[in-house]
Amino acid sequence: MYVELQMKNVGRWEGRLLNLEIKNMGDTLMVKITGDFDLELADHCRREIDRNYEKEAVKNILFDLTGIDFIDSSGLGVILGRYRKVKENEGRVVIASGDSRIIKLLNLSGITRLIPVYPNTAQALKHLSGKVM
Amino acid sequence: MKAINHIKLEFPSIPANVRLARVTVAAFASELDYDVSVLEEIKVAVSEAVTNAIVHGYQKDPKGLVTLTASLYDSSLEIVVEDRGRGINNLERALEPGEGTEPERMGLGFVFMRTFMDELEVNSEPGQGTTVIMRKKLPGEVKAMWFNEN
Repeated sequence: MYVELQMKNVGRWEGRLLNLEIKNMGDTLMVKITGDFDLELADHCRREIDRNYEKEAVKNILFDLTGIDFIDSSGLGVILGRYRKVKENEGRVVIASGDSRIIKLLNLSGITRLIPVYPNTAQALKHLSGKVM
Repeated sequence: MKAINHIKLEFPSIPANVRLARVTVAAFASELDYDVSVLEEIKVAVSEAVTNAIVHGYQKDPKGLVTLTASLYDSSLEIVVEDRGRGINNLERALEPGEGTEPERMGLGFVFMRTFMDELEVNSEPGQGTTVIMRKKLPGEVKAMWFNEN
């Protein structure tokens, strides 16, 4: 069971789809980002994820990147920054992404050395529940 | 060397224009027979250069203007991103992986530009701005059919 916290389109420019969806899944915040995860979306994501992480008093974060078309260092920076915060709180971060273009950038940035990546959210959640190592 | 074809784009230093810049270059480069994966990498490099101009050059001040040019030469695509912002104090250090004034981006911007392009040249003077020049070899010789031979 989960409580849907918010689902909103944060696009400021007509025609552009910028979506951030944050759900509380018990002890995990599920963060679904779609569209282009670049500078335009990064500040908003950082603010909203941090606000919800503190408000909901959850431990872990699951980044669902399965709906992302593009990511650059601004988006990767949001993930890395949240990883540091979650680690300080003794939580875990996991990523769901099956797109080879995105995974290549996750590899180059060194994120995959810190955060496990699974092809879908179901497997990522299993990892957090300890069923998949 | 004279460019076979080129585009020039000038836009205010606002985050929404990062996408505009990379999509524009991708459209320009899509005529050049690059693999789709290479086009994606060029998009990342452009995104990083423009993000740097907005975030570092102009400190996100929308009054700043960023200039982007993409030029097609016989054997390469050249992309130039220029700002008239604050410039880089220690260029050598800024180009090292892990450096950068924004801790969360970990200096990945220049890492991606260098990884995805064949050549990267950065010129910067404190207070004068920064010019990033990136070149990518063409997959084959481009026959510019739509231009006069002379």
